[in-house]
Amino acid sequence: MTSELTVARGRGSQPRPPRRSDNDDSGGRAALGWRDRLTHLDVRFSPYLFIAPFFLLFAIVGLFPLLYTAYVSLFDWELGGDEQPFVGLENYVTLMTDSQFWNAMVNTLSIFVLSSGPQVVVAVLLAALLNTALRARTAWRMGVLLPYVASLVALTIIFANLFGPQYGLVNNLLELVGLDRIDWQAERWWSHVAIATMVNWRWTGYNALIVLAAMQAIPRDVYEAAVVDGASAARRFFSITLPMLRPTIIFVVVTSTIGGLQIFTEPKMFAPAGSSSGGSTNQYQTVVLYMYQSGFQSFDLGYASAMAWVLFVVIIAIAGINFLLTRRIASSGED
Amino acid sequence: MRYRRAGLARGLASTAVLAALAAATTACGSGDSGTTADGKIELTVATFNEFGYEELFKEYEAAHPNIKITPRKVGQAAPHHQNLFTKLGAGSGLADIEAVEEGYLSQVMAKSGQFNDLKQIGPSDVREDRWLQWKTDAVTTKDDKLIGYGTDIGPLAMCYRKDLLEAANIKTDPESIKATFATWDSYFAAGEQYVKATGKPWFDSASQVFNAMHNQHKTGYYDRDDNLVIESNSDIKSTWDKVTKAVAQGQSAKLVAWSDEWETGFKNSAFATRTCPSWMLGVIESNAGPEHKGHWAVTGSFPGGGGNWGGSYLTVPKQSKHPKEAAELAGWLTAPQQQIKAFVAKGTFPSQTEALLSPELLNKTSDYFGGEKVGQLFSEQANKVAGAQYKGPKDGDIQDNVISPALLSVEQGGSPEDGWKQAVEGAKKAAK
Repeated sequence: MTSELTVARGRGSQPRPPRRSDNDDSGGRAALGWRDRLTHLDVRFSPYLFIAPFFLLFAIVGLFPLLYTAYVSLFDWELGGDEQPFVGLENYVTLMTDSQFWNAMVNTLSIFVLSSGPQVVVAVLLAALLNTALRARTAWRMGVLLPYVASLVALTIIFANLFGPQYGLVNNLLELVGLDRIDWQAERWWSHVAIATMVNWRWTGYNALIVLAAMQAIPRDVYEAAVVDGASAARRFFSITLPMLRPTIIFVVVTSTIGGLQIFTEPKMFAPAGSSSGGSTNQYQTVVLYMYQSGFQSFDLGYASAMAWVLFVVIIAIAGINFLLTRRIASSGED
Repeated sequence: MRYRRAGLARGLASTAVLAALAAATTACGSGDSGTTADGKIELTVATFNEFGYEELFKEYEAAHPNIKITPRKVGQAAPHHQNLFTKLGAGSGLADIEAVEEGYLSQVMAKSGQFNDLKQIGPSDVREDRWLQWKTDAVTTKDDKLIGYGTDIGPLAMCYRKDLLEAANIKTDPESIKATFATWDSYFAAGEQYVKATGKPWFDSASQVFNAMHNQHKTGYYDRDDNLVIESNSDIKSTWDKVTKAVAQGQSAKLVAWSDEWETGFKNSAFATRTCPSWMLGVIESNAGPEHKGHWAVTGSFPGGGGNWGGSYLTVPKQSKHPKEAAELAGWLTAPQQQIKAFVAKGTFPSQTEALLSPELLNKTSDYFGGEKVGQLFSEQANKVAGAQYKGPKDGDIQDNVISPALLSVEQGGSPEDGWKQAVEGAKKAAK
């Protein structure tokens, strides 16, 4: 979003200067030819026309559903029901006391921490490795992106098979090295680990490339000066690379927060036979999965909408906290 | 945004694509009036999987030059019904004839006001005695409206591994099998014996046994006034106790039906018996593979009598522009002679009494199941079904999203008491 806003501001500001010179001939408008007036209009309004498609589309597919969801959440809105009575904030009140919702919230946060945390750390390290003088550098860099290119659904189906409790490859390997088999479906913690593994597999390489791009933008002379001063490779990494990656790490953390809290496909496809319950006792049901179940299996759209809004607020709050935290952590070397 | 785009969108993609396709077909095919450019009446027919109607549509069009049939076929039942309920909610976009599967029927019955009463608008030569009594009862509303014509059914039999039973010293001559599978008690007793002899599970999944047992009860999760009776109906609790006891004895292979591991389980001989609606024979054959040919057998001796699992109806939503013509087509498609053709084409087992007596059906045998006369066997099973259990508004939801996970939690090591509590609370929440 930020990048789009800057672009809009930049473009809009450029054609403005001519407007000031037009000010004094407001009385002599008749003297201007239609061509001048057209140019005048063109200069004034064209920029808005150029950016309009984005905002129009956003209003239709982004803003309207967002607001309409808020509206729906105030009703007992059953899909195909004969009537939709207004219930005010009742859906929200029910939601706050719904243990299944809080269970889903804990699952979501747990999977999010298990995936986003290691992901960002590994991505930065991976980027540092990719930034060294490797043979066939481009091939390695493209290699880390391969999991991202593959279809998410296909990946998840393969992982669900690997983590199969009875005939899965992971359990066979565990048994081979003398460890106990793990019921990846039944046990809450292990199901979260399995799902987080899928997320990490897909996103680590993608984030590593973003970090790598930022790493390459760090001026060489800073490093050279540090080398002259006798700084070790580790010292250079922590005192130069990390602080200078700050904006990028913030970006990666915020986007992975937004994504991680909306996780849906992985737990949905991880469940045998595609159930939306997230396991026998909802042990890996995420908020979005519960929302989907309420909306499209129980057809309780009002309740699902209320859940969507609460999730929206939670995401903004956590993304904000993350933003503040990462700014503090990553700035320690700079200030 | 990444996950939402990739995740939610992908999850809903099938629905969205369907909706878009449906909108596109209506938009360019028929316009608002439901007629084609050359003045023919256009009837859309929405089905899922295989109904075996392709040739029948051509036949009907040839006999009715003023009708043009546009099929809308979806691969799976779930997206078809999701589309159905979404369009019912939206108030437009449904086909003239919508197929409804038995598992989703309770939800449709709860919205029966949005479907045409076929007793009113249907052709007069379609009489209710065309179908098995219980098939029609299930689609008749409390105020005596008929909202669907029956197509196929899934009469229940029992499938078992002959070789595994013999290896465990359970006799497989017809008389002994009949005794083994006479009641659920004898079934579970044999299971106990089997587990002791082999150390391997008896059936595939607790919910697959529970659902078949549950459907034999006179009253299900709801009484006829739509009150949830899961707590007061002692039949449900006693079924629960029997099944969870069997689970504790190690009789369940704990394989969630339709999961990849369940499919692998057939190949790996992970279990020895499985409840077997007529359409399950093909599923077993493709999952177990040619190496198990002749190992599997099917018997009409089903514990506790008969039962039904699956099968569909054709309905005419009130949204249809040509309800009379649609009802006429639905009536023709579900006539015995047409359903027999569908049976020959795709193996859908007919629900019409006359069709159940036809030689094409009765002479059908299965090489995979040791040459068994499966046509006759399932025809007899269809007549054993005692009656249609009344299904309340959230019946399907309770079965799939409450009872099945609760049984799975017991299979995964939870206590039967906790599982029962989860089931009761879940049912109350679903029914709210």
